[in-house]
Amino acid sequence: MIKLKVDGVEIEVPQGATVLQACEIAGKEIPRFCYHERLSIAGNCRMCLVEMDKSAKPVASCAMPAANGQVIYTNTELVKKAREGVMEFLLINHPLDCPICDQGGECDLQDQSMKYGVDKSRYQLNKRSVKEKYMGPLIKTVMTRCIHCTRCIRFASEVAGVPDLGTTGRGENMEITTYLEKTLDSELSANVIDLCPVGALTSKPYAFEARPWELTKTESIDVMDAVGSNIRVDTKGWEVKRVLPRLNEEINEEWISDKTRYACDGLSKNRIDKPYIKVNEKLEACSWEQAFDFIIKNTKDLSGDKVFGVVGDLIDAESMYMFQKFLNTSFKSNNIDFRQTNLFINPSHKANYLFNTTLARLPEADLVVLVGSNPRLEAPIVNIWIRKAYLARKTKVYSIGDNFDLTYPHENVGITHSAIAEILNKKGKIYESLKTSKKPVFIIGESALSANGEYILETIKKILKESNSLNENWNGLNILHQKASSVGAIYLNLMKENFLEKLNDDNNKLVYLLGADHVKLSKKNQFIIYQGSHGGLNSKIADVVLPGAAYTEKKGIYVNTEGRVQSANKATFPPGDAKEDWKIFRALSEKFNNLIDINTHEILRENLFKDFPIFKNFNEIPQLTYENLEIKNINASNNNIKINEIDFYFSNIIAASSKTMNECKIAKQVLLKTGTDN
Amino acid sequence: MSGKHVEKNQPTSFEFNSVNLEKINKILKKYPSERKKSAVMPLLDIAQRQHDNWIPYAAIKKIAEILEMPHIKVYEVATFYSMYNLAPVGKYFVQVCTTTPCMLRGSEKIVKLCKKYISEKEGQLSSDNKASWVEVECLGACVSAPMMQINDDFFEDLNEETAIKIFEGIKSDQLPKFGSQKGRIGFEPNKRLTLVKN
Repeated sequence: MIKLKVDGVEIEVPQGATVLQACEIAGKEIPRFCYHERLSIAGNCRMCLVEMDKSAKPVASCAMPAANGQVIYTNTELVKKAREGVMEFLLINHPLDCPICDQGGECDLQDQSMKYGVDKSRYQLNKRSVKEKYMGPLIKTVMTRCIHCTRCIRFASEVAGVPDLGTTGRGENMEITTYLEKTLDSELSANVIDLCPVGALTSKPYAFEARPWELTKTESIDVMDAVGSNIRVDTKGWEVKRVLPRLNEEINEEWISDKTRYACDGLSKNRIDKPYIKVNEKLEACSWEQAFDFIIKNTKDLSGDKVFGVVGDLIDAESMYMFQKFLNTSFKSNNIDFRQTNLFINPSHKANYLFNTTLARLPEADLVVLVGSNPRLEAPIVNIWIRKAYLARKTKVYSIGDNFDLTYPHENVGITHSAIAEILNKKGKIYESLKTSKKPVFIIGESALSANGEYILETIKKILKESNSLNENWNGLNILHQKASSVGAIYLNLMKENFLEKLNDDNNKLVYLLGADHVKLSKKNQFIIYQGSHGGLNSKIADVVLPGAAYTEKKGIYVNTEGRVQSANKATFPPGDAKEDWKIFRALSEKFNNLIDINTHEILRENLFKDFPIFKNFNEIPQLTYENLEIKNINASNNNIKINEIDFYFSNIIAASSKTMNECKIAKQVLLKTGTDN
Repeated sequence: MSGKHVEKNQPTSFEFNSVNLEKINKILKKYPSERKKSAVMPLLDIAQRQHDNWIPYAAIKKIAEILEMPHIKVYEVATFYSMYNLAPVGKYFVQVCTTTPCMLRGSEKIVKLCKKYISEKEGQLSSDNKASWVEVECLGACVSAPMMQINDDFFEDLNEETAIKIFEGIKSDQLPKFGSQKGRIGFEPNKRLTLVKN
């Protein structure tokens, strides 16, 4: 520990801290533009100047290491004057166009100029102007406003791992740009908008939509992937205007993926806002009463094995719980599954289907093996954590499956199951690394679990057990789910053997789809009910369409891939006649004379907690014990591990309805076409 | 000085010739292999010398590949230093120093002559495509101001007469000898030695 004095108060800070951090520990606020706790130190804005004893000049506190016996002053006349000088320089070329700037109201420069800005300029010459740069469909640039803090450059090269941003020129002619103005090729690109302390990089889809003080802010949980990023949903009136990240050190830190941020415009498009029934092979809008009567007329005598329920990607635990209850009571059926494609899940022990290492502990890993997973597209936030491990200790990353760009170096070791058998037989490159590894991590993607997944899961368990990495201290077994509803559905035990085959069986008379858009149905003579928020392929073939609520329109519990239970909040209302899903099931159950007597969301949660106490532990990762973790011997097969193609920007129905996501997809295709050719 | 002019008509490809590749290998040996991007500046220089005194995007791409660094990082260096040209310059690339000492000794007259003999605008090729000129900051030859640099050589102690001679020499490909145009040797004081003899 280092002892130093800040404004007369003696404090202790850890070794390696900077003066700025010391001042913060002492409770002093230091203005800054370029410094950011998650990025490397640049020290070029000079706003954080403080006075230090025995130093003739003020020092930049962000770049000054704290040392024993330092005496720091943060509020002297000299400090104030120095910062005012810095601010005057920064404002020389800043256009001061706050009234037409989208950053207005949440701009660091605006805020800090309230304290350190002078009311007039002494600069008589023309201000410089800088041409706008193209950075893709998400980032709007007004480069004249740029103060060259280089946060965006450091984010792109350090966190996102795509070093495409840089500065050209020097001195007065310095400009921030991407090489030859191509789109920033990252799934995390829009985070530079949050990082930008001024209005140089603002959000293109949100341009001139609203002022920050007009928005209603609701803290919520993201459902675009199974990471459960913490988000803030900003609404104006009914409409969701934007989604911003919320700090959670254990999940998304302060980043979110572009899909999380920008799929929100899909919430107002392509919505199902009325019930529909099929009349003469055509869907026609109707009232709830008519829709319910139509359902009853067509499904009255069905029960048991003839009734199937499929749960979609974005469904919260409460809705799934009600869905299960409804099918149980009204149809005596337990045929519910969340797996819309082939996926092996072993629910006997939680370690078998969770991301056990946990995200926050990923940087400790000294070996990462990706099995049939492309984390960059499946969960960009997970990719940040793996990249962190690589940056921290040059962690070796192997990938079994196809080859792709992951933003960090990695080695592909074949695409067959034999690559895993090889490790078990103490052969091959991965085994060589595993021998010396103390904290190995295996990340199994959904693609690996689609064909003979049991073999992969059990063999990897065996490998980890042998290298002593499957215990309470370190569990290297990780399943990377892709869907927000997956783990919640496993907790609720919504799984049925050979479900997908039975689903397309002739015996099947009723299929109830709860937002299930990816399941392939061959429409024969079965009656299909689609309940969801957006129109897709499956709602088109349905006989009845019931309008449900999207994730921003209901309170709901989501369980992320680590098994962490989180609660999303209601930011706005379902449009038109749409209702929250649990309410629809309740109303339907009444029609079927099997009323589920749950009248409020609170009672619903109480019931859920009573039946499945695991949902009670909010924001906690389940503590596992490993005595009764079974490891089976499964015979190898010659299967290939083929990574299912992931259409990142279109992976769920909300994203697919989003105009912005469509633009991103087109921009990406253009980028792939031209690549780095001039 | 204004921002750097970047050529619009870019060649599609660039390859180092075998002599230069050998040079590059020699330069790379100076640095540890994980730090080979330190060689970016000499490589840019080699590329510029090979490619008619200017660096096209294709060369930047090539250098980025050789040094395994992002394209933008090479581009940053190339735009930062004024001695890298990103647009074609004349076979005779004239850089006239206009910083204070040269200005006091009459560099403005030299600039005027450049406009007359080479091209009206700074950075523009002359009508015979042989030469172009730019104003630059101090080239470190204040003792023999005013001066200009043509390609790698300094022409110092200029006056209008000698400058015209040089510009005429450009046209006929016969430049006068570089160095002091007044015949000073070793840049001793102009009229008499002021240091105490013996």
